[in-house]
Order: sequence, then structure tokens, then C-alpha cells
Amino acid sequence: MVSEEGLPISTLKWTYEVDGSDFTRAGEASSNVKKNLRKLGVSPEVIRKVSIALYEGEINMVIHADGGHIDVEVSPDKITMVLADTGKGIADIDKAMQEGWSTAPDEVRSLGFGAGMGLPNMKKYSDEMRIESTVGVGTTVYMTVYTGG
Amino acid sequence: MTPIAFAEKYGLKVVSQGAGDCRDIGGAYCSDLLSLVMGRAKADDALVTVMANINTIAVAVLADVSCVILCEDIHFDENCVKKAQDQEVCVLESSEPSFQVAIKLARELGLC
Repeated sequence: MVSEEGLPISTLKWTYEVDGSDFTRAGEASSNVKKNLRKLGVSPEVIRKVSIALYEGEINMVIHADGGHIDVEVSPDKITMVLADTGKGIADIDKAMQEGWSTAPDEVRSLGFGAGMGLPNMKKYSDEMRIESTVGVGTTVYMTVYTGG
Repeated sequence: MTPIAFAEKYGLKVVSQGAGDCRDIGGAYCSDLLSLVMGRAKADDALVTVMANINTIAVAVLADVSCVILCEDIHFDENCVKKAQDQEVCVLESSEPSFQVAIKLARELGLC
């Protein structure tokens, strides 16, 4: 059975706009997703993986891209997250994936971020991750966490 | 041992009770770099830190730690405390350095 949008009836979809101007508000989307997944009875370990991966993505969007757009889709066997921004893009994705490599400003580092752990953490906590990025156009990160359901 | 029981035993100040009396401290992680905390702290760890900004609370929620223990007499501002209370994060404060707090946690966790 499918809905009018063509999605399986058991698929839920949430979208969020990430405000790029306020670093202290980063995390609102991931907190909301966490709350919703808890209500759905998703296992704590899966919730933790999704929350951490998504939060790191939000932080990256605020630091590097002046915000962006997040789509989260929950289906019976997996949770997929698409984080799209129109920021400056990533020139060298392999380098950006290395722990400790960062272009974050000092101001962000003084708040405990910008240590070059964001993308590695996203990869660590998602089961699948893919990055599409064009310099000067933006970046889209696709992440999937399997629920085992 | 719950975070609240830990606070009572060692004289830490409870700034936000949160879920601190209904879950146990399962381990401990010490760091002031929130990026590391996100990647390496385990669920139910006590997060021992001196990093007192609103993102510390967000990280505590998302990494699902059992409590945040702020050391060296450093305090969260009102806004952070309110967020911790809203999100049911247990926050304790200690006048001691992280290392001393970590020793006490290690003792209670049977690690030394």
C-alpha cells in the first residue's frame, strides 16, 4: 500500500530548516528526530547513532554553509537522512574525511567543535554515507542507519 | 550508582536533576572537546568536562550520557541550566579538577 506521495504507508518523513546564523541552536533538528524516534519505539542504540550523525551534520551546516535543509525518512528497516546546503562546498572530500582535518574558525573551536571530527563521526555512526559536493554550489550528505526491523 | 547518589556521596552540587535518579552511571568519559565526546563517549557514561556552553547540553542529550559533571567550579549559565532541565539532563558541579572526579568515578565503577 502506498500513500498519495508514492511512499509506503509505513514511511514517515520529516523536514527541517537549519538556521545558519545561530550556533547555539544547532541540534534542534536532531533533538526533535530523537524525540520522535523514541515515541516510535526505535531501539536506543539506533536512536543514538541517528542523533549523533545528524547533530554533527547540523553543526557542519552551521559552521561551513550558513544553514541548510534536512530530510529524514523513517521506514520499517532503515532511517535515511539527506542534508543539503548551498554553502561553499568541499574541495577535497577525502581530506575532509580525515580525523583532525578542519577549516573551522577559532571561534567555533573555542566552543568545543571544529576539531575535524564531524564527518568522521558521521561516517562512524551511520551504516552508509555518501557525500556529493561542488565547490561554490553546495554539499549534500546522504546517510542511512539500518534499524534491524 | 546513579548520578544523584554519586553527588550525595561526594558532595557535588546538583544543578539539574534530570533523569539522574533513575539511571546508572555506566562508565565515564573525560573531555572538553565536544567533537570527541560525540564520537567516543558511550551511552550512560558520566561526561566529565569544563566545557560549559549550551552545546555541551545538546551533546549530552544526543550522546545519551547519564550525566554531565562540570569541574573546577565552572558553572553553566541560566540558559544552559534551563535547557538541561527541559531536556532532563542531569548536571552536577564539582570544585575539583576533572582528574579528581574521574578517580572517584573509577572507584565507584570498580576500575580501581
